[in-house]
Amino acid sequence: MTARTETLLWLAQRASAAVLAFAVVVHLATIVYAVRAGLNAAEIIARLQGHAGWLVFYGVFVAAAAVHAPLGLRTVLAETTPLRGALLDILVVAFGLMLAILGWRAAFGLFAFGSD
Amino acid sequence: MNTALDVAVWRGAEQGRFVSYVVPLRENQTVLDIVTYIQRHLDSTLSYRFSCRVGMCGSCAMTVNGVPRWTCRTHVRRVATNSRLEIAPLRNMKVVKDLSVDMTGFFDKWARAGGAFAPQKTHSKDFAVVQPDSRARRQADAGIECIGCGVCYAACDLVSWNADYLGPAALNRAWTLVNDVRDGARAQRLAAVAGDAGCHACHSHQSCVQWCPMELNPTSAIAGLKRATVGAALKGAL
Repeated sequence: MTARTETLLWLAQRASAAVLAFAVVVHLATIVYAVRAGLNAAEIIARLQGHAGWLVFYGVFVAAAAVHAPLGLRTVLAETTPLRGALLDILVVAFGLMLAILGWRAAFGLFAFGSD
Repeated sequence: MNTALDVAVWRGAEQGRFVSYVVPLRENQTVLDIVTYIQRHLDSTLSYRFSCRVGMCGSCAMTVNGVPRWTCRTHVRRVATNSRLEIAPLRNMKVVKDLSVDMTGFFDKWARAGGAFAPQKTHSKDFAVVQPDSRARRQADAGIECIGCGVCYAACDLVSWNADYLGPAALNRAWTLVNDVRDGARAQRLAAVAGDAGCHACHSHQSCVQWCPMELNPTSAIAGLKRATVGAALKGAL
C-alpha cells in the first residue's frame, strides 16, 4: 500500500470519527428520550417510519461506522496478531461491508416499515 | 540510614538473569556510578556503555526499576525504592551483553525516516537566512536537542508491537528537517514517514514524552508529521 493511500485511510478514520462523535451523541440522546416511558417497538416505528430526516441521519451514521470500525480493527489486528497485508485488508473490508449492509438494511427497514 | 544498596543487574544476552550486588551508598551517586562501581570493584566482566557522563552523548541509557533513563544523570536517591535498584538493558533493542544493546535498528530507522539533511545550495551560494522567531524555526527548535539515547524508543509500546515502526526519535528528527527551510527533500521525507510503519501508527500514548531525558515532545512532532503528510496527500504531493 502506498504512503499516500495509507495517509488517506488515516484521514478517513479521523474524519469518520468526527462524524461519529456527533452521531453517537444524537443517538444516545435519542435513546434517553425514547425510553422515558419504557422501550417499545411501536414508538420506534412511529418515530422512524417514513421519516426521511432520520433515514439520512442513520444512513450517515452507518457509513461513518462502516469506515471507522474496519480501519481501527485493521490496526488492532496488525498490532496484536500475525495478520498482515492483503489477507488482513480483505478481512476488514468484508467486515466494513457487513456493517454497512446490516446497518443500512435496518435503517431502511424502519423507514419503509409496512409499505410493502 | 542504609549504607548499602541492593542492586539487581541483568547478566547475559537475550537469555539471562538478574544477579544481585551490594554497593555502598554515597552522597550524590548516579545510577551510572553504581554500574561503574560494580564493574570496577565487584565483577570486571560486566558490560555496559557510557561516554560523556554529563548527559550529552546519549550512550548510557538503561532500564532502571522498569523505567528507561539516562543513567549518568539519574540520581540513585531519586529512583531507589527501599534501597533496591533493578538495572536492565533498554527494551525494544537486542541485548548484546549485560547492559549493552545493539542500537543498529534504532539508528537505521533514522536513515529510513529521511534523517539526513538534504542541502539545496552549493558553496557558491550565499548563506540561508532563517528567522529565529519564524514558526518553522521554533518547531524545529522544539525537537533539535535530541541526544539519540534511545529512551523514547525503549519506552514506546508501538515499537514493541510493530517492529517496522520508525519510532519517536527518528520521527522527531524528520519533523525538525521538515521545518528546516534549507532542506530540499521534504516530499521524499514525508513519503518516508507516512503510513503504518511511520507517523500514522502512533497512538499518542506519550511514553516518549514522559521519559525523554531532554524533555522533548516527540508525540507533538509526530502529530506535526501527520498534519504535513495529510496536506501533502490531499495535494497529490505524496
